[in-house]
Amino acid sequence: MKAPINWLKDYVDIDLEYKDFADKMTMSGSKVEGLEEQGEEISKVVVGKILSMEKHPNADRLQVCKVDTGNEDIQIVTGADNINEGDLVPIALAGATLAEGKKISKGKLRGMVSEGMMCSVEELGFSKEDYPDAPDDGIYIIGQSYPVGTDIKEVLGLDDTIVEFEITSNRPDCLSIIGLAREAAVTLNKDFKKPDISLKEMGDEAQKYAEVEIKDADLCPRYAARIVKDVKIEPSPKWMRDRLKAAGVRPINNIVDITNYVMLEYGQPMHAFDLTDIEGQKIIVRRALEGEEIKTLDDIDRKLDSSMLVIADEKRPVAVAGVMGATNSEISEETKTILFESANFNGPSVRITAKKLGLRTESSGRFEKGLDVQNTLLAVDRAVQLVEELNAGVVCKGVIDCYEKKQQDRELKFSPQSINELLGTNVTVEEMIKIFKSLEFKVNESDLTVKIPSFRQDIEREADLAEEVARFYGYNNIEATLLSGKASTLGKKTFKQKTEDMIKDTMIACGLSETYTYSFTSPKVFDRIKLPKESELRNTVDIQNPLGEDFSIMRTTTIPEMLQVISTNYNRRIEEVGLFEKSFVYIPKQQPVKELPVEKPVLTLGMYGKADFYTLKGVVEELFSVLGITKYDFVPEKNNPTFHPGRTAVVKINDQYVGTIGEIHPDVSDEFECPQRTYIGVIEIEKLVDNASLEFEYTPLPKFPAMTRDIAMLVKDEVLVKEIEDILKQRGGKILEEIKLFDVYKGKQVPDGMKSVAYSITFRAADKTLKEEDVNKAMKKILDGLKKNIGAELR
Amino acid sequence: MKEQLNSIKNKAEAEISNVETISELENVRVKYLGKKGELTSVLRGMGSLTPEERPVVGQMANEIRSFLENRLVDVKKELAKKERDLRLKEEVIDVTMPGKVKSLGKKHPLTSVIDEITEVFIGMGYEIAEGPEVEKDYYNFEALNIPENHPAKDVQDTFYINENMLLRTQTSPVQIRVMENKKPPIKVICPGRVYRSDAVDATHSPIFHQVEGLVVDKGVTMGDLIGTLKIFAKSVFGEKTDIRLRPHHFPFTEPSAEVDVSCWTCGGKGCRVCKGEGWIEILGAGMVHPNVLECCGIDSSVYSGFAFGLGAERTAMGRFNIDDMRLLYENDIRFLKQF
Repeated sequence: MKAPINWLKDYVDIDLEYKDFADKMTMSGSKVEGLEEQGEEISKVVVGKILSMEKHPNADRLQVCKVDTGNEDIQIVTGADNINEGDLVPIALAGATLAEGKKISKGKLRGMVSEGMMCSVEELGFSKEDYPDAPDDGIYIIGQSYPVGTDIKEVLGLDDTIVEFEITSNRPDCLSIIGLAREAAVTLNKDFKKPDISLKEMGDEAQKYAEVEIKDADLCPRYAARIVKDVKIEPSPKWMRDRLKAAGVRPINNIVDITNYVMLEYGQPMHAFDLTDIEGQKIIVRRALEGEEIKTLDDIDRKLDSSMLVIADEKRPVAVAGVMGATNSEISEETKTILFESANFNGPSVRITAKKLGLRTESSGRFEKGLDVQNTLLAVDRAVQLVEELNAGVVCKGVIDCYEKKQQDRELKFSPQSINELLGTNVTVEEMIKIFKSLEFKVNESDLTVKIPSFRQDIEREADLAEEVARFYGYNNIEATLLSGKASTLGKKTFKQKTEDMIKDTMIACGLSETYTYSFTSPKVFDRIKLPKESELRNTVDIQNPLGEDFSIMRTTTIPEMLQVISTNYNRRIEEVGLFEKSFVYIPKQQPVKELPVEKPVLTLGMYGKADFYTLKGVVEELFSVLGITKYDFVPEKNNPTFHPGRTAVVKINDQYVGTIGEIHPDVSDEFECPQRTYIGVIEIEKLVDNASLEFEYTPLPKFPAMTRDIAMLVKDEVLVKEIEDILKQRGGKILEEIKLFDVYKGKQVPDGMKSVAYSITFRAADKTLKEEDVNKAMKKILDGLKKNIGAELR
Repeated sequence: MKEQLNSIKNKAEAEISNVETISELENVRVKYLGKKGELTSVLRGMGSLTPEERPVVGQMANEIRSFLENRLVDVKKELAKKERDLRLKEEVIDVTMPGKVKSLGKKHPLTSVIDEITEVFIGMGYEIAEGPEVEKDYYNFEALNIPENHPAKDVQDTFYINENMLLRTQTSPVQIRVMENKKPPIKVICPGRVYRSDAVDATHSPIFHQVEGLVVDKGVTMGDLIGTLKIFAKSVFGEKTDIRLRPHHFPFTEPSAEVDVSCWTCGGKGCRVCKGEGWIEILGAGMVHPNVLECCGIDSSVYSGFAFGLGAERTAMGRFNIDDMRLLYENDIRFLKQF
């Protein structure tokens, strides 16, 4: 809401620095977004009178003028051709600044000194729209008489400062000069100068001219109208145009300007109908008929439905209630008799209608917040007062006011004690009463009840009264206290939260950096990662109103986003990255979605560069170790179409699936423009949490020496080291302490289809020093097992 | 025999004095004192001596042996020192060469900010509460005192799944879920991901993160809210930080406030970071609206509470001087590694 300060000053004295005023208003709840001094950038531009004009001796198109600027006569060389001797024009003196910071200095034009410049409205930062009397192209000739030397800002009506307020949705009353002045008065501890409306009403009875009937009072509690006859449509006076412009509204003609002026001043949207266009001189407020049509003032034909409220005459709708009027009853140059509408419409209804029509207007924006039902009468009276003041027509006697179900002012009881208990203050009853009264609440001091004026629909309960007390007592005067003694609780993280922290910490310790990616994605990603058509991951939670197809489904897999991040880095020529993300996938419980979906937390790993499969696997193993998870397996996975068939493993804990890790299939890498060797892992966090044990028990350090044997064996190529290790563990007996793979070799001296695998095997007993024969016995069992089960030959 | 012994002694000593390496020295030791060494051989011939001579020569031989042994030890020490000095001289490295380390990964700046905030509140006795991102309309709006047809419910701001389900636009629904399931005293902090239908640009993202706090108990006051936020601001933004509350409106709190902290860059004098204001808006807060308490079955005449919430992105951008929100979701490793 843009409020020109001079307008506010009509209703409250503002005698402090505007910056301080802005701060005070902000701190009492009317947040000031900015202060704009009109014509801030324009300086040293004054009214000058052209005394004489002569042709430039050296240039055909230039004129040399003598100009009286008040203090002195100066010489100006100009190319303008719309000026005459005796004209008053804006003169930028040497050293002046104009719109967009343009600076003017003394200079010479073809040998003749020019001590300033005559200005157009454009050079002063305006357009012809702002000043209809300005020429299309040329110097602005000032129509009215001003003394020479007058600051041009005064001529242009730029002597105001505009305060830009951010008004919260609960205070539609403050979307008006009156409402803001009322707040300012309480804030500054000044009197609110209530507007005084007195009317001459020289015309005959308004009732003779028109009739109003409300058919759907649920959507229109009140409709007030006044009639003005013998209307003269003309531009409104400069003061009104200046104020409208300052508030950001374009002046049009006196009648339209009055409706806008009243809307800004009172916060009540108004409409003016050309009464001669109202069939049967009857205004009917009713729901639209299904499919009824109307051409709104923006010249668009619109189809209505029966949920929408319209203003109609006996035959057709003449306005969409609270949203926009129709062209069929628009004010024109020929309009002689008008009907001013000032009505109260149901907020949600206006909002839904505006939304359905895709037609949000200043009016609908105000109605949807819920307006004061009593304001309708004040506003319509103010409008016709302005008609009389502007001599724009003859106001008929009386107001046509349809208001069936009278709204009672709300009454609230308050307890100073409970208000103080909520705020943590010691505000006295007297202080509270003073604040309420200054807000125009009527206080019954004997039983501590307040009657809430109708413009404060936001005051519903005692807590709302507490806020009013706090606002004017000063939020920052409330003493800061601590909760000690009350609400004493133990601050802690749950096991799950701690485990998740450890997962992140471990990833970071393993050199991976954390990413954040969007949790909605495109339905196209499934094809891009080669998911089969029947994959259950294609069953998604869909967004009804997404930002676009690319963001239209909640993801069921995190792989595409990780690939995208890898691609971004790779395409920026970064040699190596290691990344992880802790995030959710969203799995619907049914289609169409009825219950909330399952939000499954997953850990996603991604790397390229020096990394290979075993780097990725190492990270997962380290994570298991940190989480105390020991019973896990990596099982070759050949059938996941997203991954390389020979370089992928399913990860299992206690034989249960927890995730997949591996090299991305080259088709998918190509699709995402990722490097050929891209490694991705996805692990389900809930299963990690279920299997984690953060309790560790100490194992005594060994007291007796260990014995180590190295063996190398030849096995068939397809034998997994896990098979060998299972045999070693199973056959090594209690004294087997550790096995370490130290070499896998294929090539010279190893037959085709075979590989050489070498282990270092450590034995140790907890209670004695081992003897050769103990170890020999164990080794024999191992070697027999290797030979029998996988045909291994010792090398 | 005495002469023989003396000559061995002199010979050996001369040789000991002339060796240059420890291995040469060892050769000398073996030559004279070894099992088959010269001194040892001489001693073996003691049997031919008279009983009178034997102790004399024996003593002499032992004296020579221990003399030579001491000399060997001394010379060995000397040589070892020489050799070590030589080695140290040769083993110069270039200490300006790069160190070898497996570098750590980094926490995302949003995680850093969220962790830092939650830690402060855990220290003040809060628990961490979580709730679903795909949420029921009821929890996101109605239970928070945002009625049907309220402008805040506008489709323009909210992503809907269906009529009754949406992507939560705030972490506040977690408040409701906590209050429905737990009796006061309640002290929780709820970090989480939220969604609003904003197009992506330098200061907007359709996905962002909030941290919400809620306290409900008997006798909780607005003064307690202010005190809590002061501690929070000082812990996160520095000991000298001050806060300022401005009246505002949120449907689910009454009274409501926007909370500014004094600028962490200039300390309140006004600078580029705070746009000359000296204050930076960081939080929304207020006393839990009695309608909200009652909606969760908590008697508002007995209990009161406060709630507050802040945006993690804005905090992170402010703290780390990040000028474009898109950087947070682009995940360029050169960006991520800076935190």
